[in-house]
This record gives sequence, C-alpha cells and structure tokens, in this order.
Amino acid sequence: MNNDNNTMKRRWLSLYVENKTGVLARISGLLSGKSYNIHSLTVGETEDHTVSRMTICLDADENTFEQIKKQFNRSVEVIKVIDFTNLSIRTKEVMFIKINGVTDKTRTEIFQMAEAFKFQVKDMDKNSVLIESCRTEIKNDSILNVIYDRFKNIEVVRGGPVAIESISMQDR
Amino acid sequence: MGKMTGNEFFVKALREEGVDKIFAYPGACVVDIFDELYKQNDVDLILPRHEQGLIHAAEGYARSTGRVGVCLVTSGPGATNLVTGIADANLDSVPLVCFTGQVPTGLIGNDTFQEVDIVGITRNITKYSMMVRDRKDLNKAIKEAFFIASSGRPGPVLVDLPKDVMAQSGSDEYPDSVNLRGYKPNTKVHDGQIKRAIKMIYKAKKPLFILGGGVKIAGAAEDMKKLMEATGIPAVTTIMGKGSVPTNHDLYFGNVGMHGCFAANNAVNNCDLLISIGTRFNDRITGKLGTFAPKAKIIHIDVDTASISKNVTVDVPLVGDAKEAIQKLLKASQEYDGESDMIPGWVEQLQEWKQQYPLYMNKKDKLTPKEIIDAINELYDEPIVTTDVGQHQMWTTQFFEIYGKRQLITSGGLGTMGYGLPAAIGAAIGNPGRDVIAVTGDGGFQMNSQELTTATINRLPVTVCIMNNGYLGMVRQWQDLFYDRAFAGTCLRRCKDCETAGCNELCAGRSDDCPPYVPDFVKLAEAYSAQGIRVTKADEIPEAFAKAKAKKDGPTVIEFLIEDEELVYPMIKPGGPITDLVLGE
Repeated sequence: MNNDNNTMKRRWLSLYVENKTGVLARISGLLSGKSYNIHSLTVGETEDHTVSRMTICLDADENTFEQIKKQFNRSVEVIKVIDFTNLSIRTKEVMFIKINGVTDKTRTEIFQMAEAFKFQVKDMDKNSVLIESCRTEIKNDSILNVIYDRFKNIEVVRGGPVAIESISMQDR
Repeated sequence: MGKMTGNEFFVKALREEGVDKIFAYPGACVVDIFDELYKQNDVDLILPRHEQGLIHAAEGYARSTGRVGVCLVTSGPGATNLVTGIADANLDSVPLVCFTGQVPTGLIGNDTFQEVDIVGITRNITKYSMMVRDRKDLNKAIKEAFFIASSGRPGPVLVDLPKDVMAQSGSDEYPDSVNLRGYKPNTKVHDGQIKRAIKMIYKAKKPLFILGGGVKIAGAAEDMKKLMEATGIPAVTTIMGKGSVPTNHDLYFGNVGMHGCFAANNAVNNCDLLISIGTRFNDRITGKLGTFAPKAKIIHIDVDTASISKNVTVDVPLVGDAKEAIQKLLKASQEYDGESDMIPGWVEQLQEWKQQYPLYMNKKDKLTPKEIIDAINELYDEPIVTTDVGQHQMWTTQFFEIYGKRQLITSGGLGTMGYGLPAAIGAAIGNPGRDVIAVTGDGGFQMNSQELTTATINRLPVTVCIMNNGYLGMVRQWQDLFYDRAFAGTCLRRCKDCETAGCNELCAGRSDDCPPYVPDFVKLAEAYSAQGIRVTKADEIPEAFAKAKAKKDGPTVIEFLIEDEELVYPMIKPGGPITDLVLGE
C-alpha cells in the first residue's frame, strides 16, 4: 500500500440501491465482512419506489475507501455510487433527547437553551421534557454536549445523517 | 403465452441455456423439480455422493469446458454442504449457478425442518444470491443468474427456490435479454490507456509479463503467446495462470510466489515494468506487501475494477476483458513506430537465473513426487490434471508441463482440500475421451473419497494419483521448518497405540514401530469397484499408468508411497518478502 494515503478521514457515500429484501444486509455485510467500520448508515425509498438511497458515513484511509467504492460499484444490487466526501452537500440528522427528572427551574433553563441553540421542545410533563433537533450531525453533537454538561438523566435517539447534493447553498 | 408450473419451467430454462448436465442431489424441497427432470432426456442428471463433491464436480466441469456449472440441491443441509464450493468458486472466478430448494414461503422463518437462510449464509461468498419469492419473478431470475455467473469476472450465483413458488403456475416465456441497472460488466478496453501502456512497454528496460488465471478464463492464451513473441518480453505466471503461455516456451520463466522458482521471483524483483494480466496479486504471490516488485511501474489489466490497486498500487489501470486487451496491445505493438528500449541482456539474465537455480528434487530411496509428475508429462499427451491442496499441489504446479490442450485445474484462492477427485470427475464428464488425472495427497483424497462411486457408476476413466507420505505434508513442512518439528495433528498414522508404544511425545519422525496406515487405499479403491494399484519404486510407474490408461470404463487409484519428509522448495517464509527465497536441499 502507498503510505501517503494512510490518513484516516471521515468519508461520505451516497448509494442508489435496489429497493429489495436483503440489499441492506448485503451492503452492511460487505462492510463488516471486510472489517470496514461504519459510522452511520441511513436508508430510505426515493422518488422511484424501486430504488432506495443510502447515506453512509465512515472513517477510512484513502486506499481502503477506494476499495470500498469499488466493492459497492461491482455489487449487482448497487445502481450508483456517489462520493460525497469532497462534494457540496446539504445534510441533516434527526435527534431526540428526553430529559428526565426536570424541575420548574431546569425546565425554564431548557427553554432558554432551545432558544439559544435552535432546537425544539416537542413534548413534556411535570418530570420530563422531549427535545427534537434536526440539524447537521456536528451541530447535534454540540447540542448534545451542552445537554450532557447540565443533565444526567437523559435518553438519546439519533437517526444518522441523510444527505443530498446541494444546489447553491452548502450545509454539512 | 403458455402457462407452466415453476418446476416445469425450471427444466425449460435449463434447455434454453443449453445446459445438458446438472449436478444434483435430491431432497424434500426439490423432489418436484427432480420429478420434472425424470420426464425428459435433454438434461443429464449427475448424482454425486455428497453435496461438496457435487459442487467441486460442477467447478471441474465449468473450468475445463468454459461453460456454466449447474448445481441443484435441497434446502438446509443440502444447501449448507455447498458453502465451501461456493466460496471456492468465488475466489477462483468459476461460473456456477447453484439452485437450492427452500421450504414453502409460508414456513420461512419458523425454524422449519431443513430450513436455513442460505441466501444470508452465502451473501458474502457469491457474486450474487437471491430468493425467488414470487412465481412471476422466476423466469427473469434464472436468466439473470446465468448472465451474472458467466459475464464480467465469472463467479457463483445462488438462486433459492421455495417449494410453493415452484409449484405455482406462471408464464412459460424465457426472457431473451437481461437488463440489470446495477450490473453492467465493463469488458471494453479504453484505447487511451492502451496507448499509455504500449508506450511504457516500449520505454521499459526490463519489462515482464505476469499472467494470472484471468488470461485462461478469457480464452486469451493464443493471443498472449503472440504478444509475448511480438514484444520479446518474458513472462511469469501465478499458479492460476500457469499454462496461459506454453511452459516450454523460451520466454517463459515459471511461477512466482511462495513456492515459485528463483528465476520468476527474481525477475519480479528486478523488472522495471510489470505488465500484469488477470491476477489480483494475492498474498501468496506478493509475499510481504511493499517489497513486491520494488523497482517496477505496474500496468494492471483486469476485468474486475475491485481487483485493481486492491493489494498492490498500480500505475496504469486497464479495466476490461483480458483477451480484448491483449489483442489491442498486440495490434498497437505491431503499429508502434519506435524501437524497444528493452536491454539486450534482460532475457539472457533470466535464462541464466533459470539455469543457475532450476526447480529440482534430489533422488531419494523412496519415490519422489517429481518422478510421478515427470511420468505424467511423458506418458500423457493432453491430460486435464486436477489437484487437491498442499505439497502435492505445489509439486504439480511446479513440474507439470502445460502446452497445447493440456490443462491444470487447482483450487488456488480458497485452497480447498477434497477438491481434486470431484473436480476430475466434473472435468471427465465435460470432456469425454480426454485423459483426466487427479493428483492428490493422502489427506485431501480422504475428504471426498466417496466420489469414487460417482466415477464408477458414470464409467469415468479418471486416474487418481495419491502421493502418500502419511502426513498432512504442507502443514508438516511448516512445523518442520518453523515449529521445531512438533508434528501436532499432522501425522496421519498417529493412533491410540502411539501413546503406549513409548512415542507419547509429539514424535519427531517415523520409526519402524509406527502403526499401519488406515485406510489401505488399494482395498478402498477395490471396494468402490475401481482399479487399485500400489507403486513403491520409480520403475513401477510406467506400468501403473499403462494399466490406468487401459481401464476405460471406470476409475483407477494409484497409491504412490513417496518419501515421508520431502519438502516443497523453493519457499518464501510466510509473510516475508519474496527476495527472501529459501532454495532448499
């Protein structure tokens, strides 16, 4: 292997795949079978219901990543592979945070944070608050860090980023 | 448009694909398909004695004929017994279509009797695997399976057939074309890259061809010989590529890799341009990565984009069919209006190395493997030789001469023991009238020896040559060289008696007190109605082969009692650089 290409880096792929049983297993199996570690993988139907689109995010060096793309390209189920790593894209991730053990004082604090960090309070009762944040993955990371600093009793669900090529405005 | 059940259509599809042999083993979930096969005479049903033997036979058939090998087995254990063969075919690019029975769709997921998720199990070792969930998809699925298996880089395709889907009625129309939006194998060679390549070829001072199995698969051997002669550039091969140019050619210098010869490995080390065709630079070829062909730029021709720059970084990639690429290079070389910069002494240097350190084996008290392979070279015109895996395989790949129609079929990628005999059976079925010889070891032969029955009942004159040294010799060789002669689990004579006979410690070699060998291979052969011959001395070899040739209606097993501790040389230490070649005795 060429040693210049050994730097690990975060990479993004968008895959058009057949919307059929077993395709997700084939794709994730190909990655795990070759010991490639996925950071996130999201999948959903496209405008054509026979086609699904996957957004895959992983950490890999250049050579490994080239090999991953080739492996995907030759898979019968994969229709098209787009490397998003150096493209201008728009990406979002849905994140839910449920904060438990909330008091009147901390609830007010959460509403102030929502204002400042641009997430939304979507549901609550006297003990809990449910937050929804639809931002880029990096911004969600930051929001989560702020919440972690202040609250201990929380539940987090993250959807993984989805991405599409941008037209004139980049956001990643 | 007429109607047919899936089972009826299955047989029609085989006819449409021109399949005249199917390697099949029945069971509950495929009994209806067997019933349809029973009603017709176009497709011969070959019944081996184990599904692993079945699929290796299909591989031997496919590799010796260039046609798709077709397997049909039942669900559950029938399907799982194919797994090793599927992985083998995947690594060696063998076109197979494997049909597996499946429990009815309504029972899938219930841990039904003989249910396994075979599509899931084989997902990572097939070129493509699918379950037909609906009768209306069956026709297309079979067409696609044959297309995918045989196009691009060939490989195994698995089609899982639930019993209820096959019973349903549907269209009897076989599609005449395939349109898979995710699978468009690229065989067209890029002309610009050919130009770049030919320029580099003529500018190189020490160019070298390295040829892999892809040259043979593409049927490019003839053109390759022409290209080699037109350019005057010498060639070496991988084990899978051996025979892609005649081994007795002046410009051919042997196999590279772990047990390759000195001249070939040294040529790779010293060349300044390596033109590789149809090889994926497996670790057994390259040795320690980063030390392989250190002085060379690399041109890599392969039909599989994923094989390019996978293991070795390539300077000029050329994706496409090997035959087309070779023909285009040949044409470009004929039109090239410049002189070759190849230094005059390059080929002479290789010849010098070849003469200095030829492949050899000293004569011993007992038979040597070389004497056996030499006899095959001498006594047979155009044999198909298959092997198992281990020392005998390496000796065969070293000493077997391949030219004309001679063929070598060996499990190169997966290294599957038990491959030799069934592969020979498949080759014999596909090539009536040809001499087919399975060179095997006493270990590997026992992994599928039940297939002697298949050879007997199908009246196949296969000759099995067992190189019997009483050891799992290749592992024993590693133990001999790197594990202080601790022969753990490699002595095939070791038995309970060894513990009481005073050789309780891992024994360091044979003595006169060793227990007798089990089984007696000559008696075993006779039990299968095969001709059994034991050879202990070199002068008995010609007579044994003469007897084998005389038997036209069934198999012959020749047991050669060879030197116990013969080693395969030269050898590159596992994981070491290929400059570090141990020459041997």
